[in-house]
Amino acid sequence: MSPAPTPSHTVGPFFGYALPFTGGADVAPPHHPDTLTLRGRVLDGDGQPVPDAIVETWQPAPDGSRTGAPGSMRRDAVTGRVVGRHGADFTGFGRVATDADGHWLVRTLPPGGVPYVCVAVFARGLLHHLYTRAYLVDDPDDALLAALPPRRRATLLARPEPGTPRVHRFDVRLQGAGETVFLEFP
Amino acid sequence: MTALPPDLTQSAIDTEIAKAQAAAHAGDHPPRDFPPYRGSALRHPTHPLIPVRDPEAVELTGPAFGVTDVTDLDRDLTRHHAGEPLGERITVTGRVLDRRGRPVRGQLVEIWQANASGRYAHQRDQHPAPLDPNFTGFGRCLTDDEGRYSFTTIRPGAYPWRNHTNAWRPAHIHFSLFGEAFTQRLVTQMYFPGDPLLPLDPILQSVTDPAARDRLVAAYDHGLSVPEWSLGYRWDIVLDGPAATWAENEEDDR
Ligand SMILES: [Fe+2]
Repeated sequence: MSPAPTPSHTVGPFFGYALPFTGGADVAPPHHPDTLTLRGRVLDGDGQPVPDAIVETWQPAPDGSRTGAPGSMRRDAVTGRVVGRHGADFTGFGRVATDADGHWLVRTLPPGGVPYVCVAVFARGLLHHLYTRAYLVDDPDDALLAALPPRRRATLLARPEPGTPRVHRFDVRLQGAGETVFLEFP
Repeated sequence: MTALPPDLTQSAIDTEIAKAQAAAHAGDHPPRDFPPYRGSALRHPTHPLIPVRDPEAVELTGPAFGVTDVTDLDRDLTRHHAGEPLGERITVTGRVLDRRGRPVRGQLVEIWQANASGRYAHQRDQHPAPLDPNFTGFGRCLTDDEGRYSFTTIRPGAYPWRNHTNAWRPAHIHFSLFGEAFTQRLVTQMYFPGDPLLPLDPILQSVTDPAARDRLVAAYDHGLSVPEWSLGYRWDIVLDGPAATWAENEEDDR
């Protein structure tokens, strides 16, 4: 007999001294030539910025490995402070709070074997987090993209910004016009 | 600060809660659209979620954490400053299982909470209750081989919020958990047994199934209390969601 799941709750407004950590946005090693920036805003049903959201990303390493690696929140043994990743292992995990303008940003490396980065969004007002995907490439063979009508499919495409091909834009619209496609994993 | 509508009383919210609960489908998780929780109005999607059944989905794997991510002190929130925090010292412990009942091993558990007066160490919390210079209210630990976690902290206070007139959150501890897959991610809140605010809280009541709500309330466990030191609470957690390591021929028995 399976145990019944523990219900989800909102992350609330006051996670800011707890969940974000130093280097949470720096999934790529410093100065890595393949670094790409994934950035965007979280917007509500009125198109207003959501300043109290937290965005997490998860992805394979560039070689396609999906095991991740410990050390995203690596600690200084003397002070206990988070000093960030050492850069030799690719942890695959990013976490960043939105700013007052609803903006977030992670610097990462291209995921190996898939065209997307997994995204989870938590926010005050959101009783259960939401999953989506930031597709860095509009892959015609991708089953999820292929199953969506064009206007919805477009919400999953993290397009390079004009003139900056290594900066991909991925806005998350929680509700309303251009509402992002959100996923469930039954 | 904008004034709340004068008729937005607790009893008006109670009526809304009863109506929303009657209309909701029973489920383990709250509906994202729960009108009595005003903050949800503009922050829930209106399109149905798209189910992903691809066994190769990256979300069926997840990030790893280890001894470099956590220090031994992190689990004791009463030892993060030079002095002892004010309040009732408690230990909170339990097991983390996946929905097949297997222990979730070596995974990260994070908690955060208000201090004993009901105030968060966050500049946007303007509740005129005292900050405690000896309490920040954030802890981390890794689950052990049986899936156990354990924290020492102080019992948080209830605090007011502006969902409606005279709205108070019951005392709670925020929890964030990782399983072996990103699909098993859980952020939730743990409550204390016997709290008279539980039936009044639109956030707890957003879980529309009473049995599911009960799973968010810890049990006082006298065996966990440490003589002349702390009171013990037990709270077990079950993560929802599938994982890649579940063999394909094993039918999900939910
Ligand atoms: Fe809270």
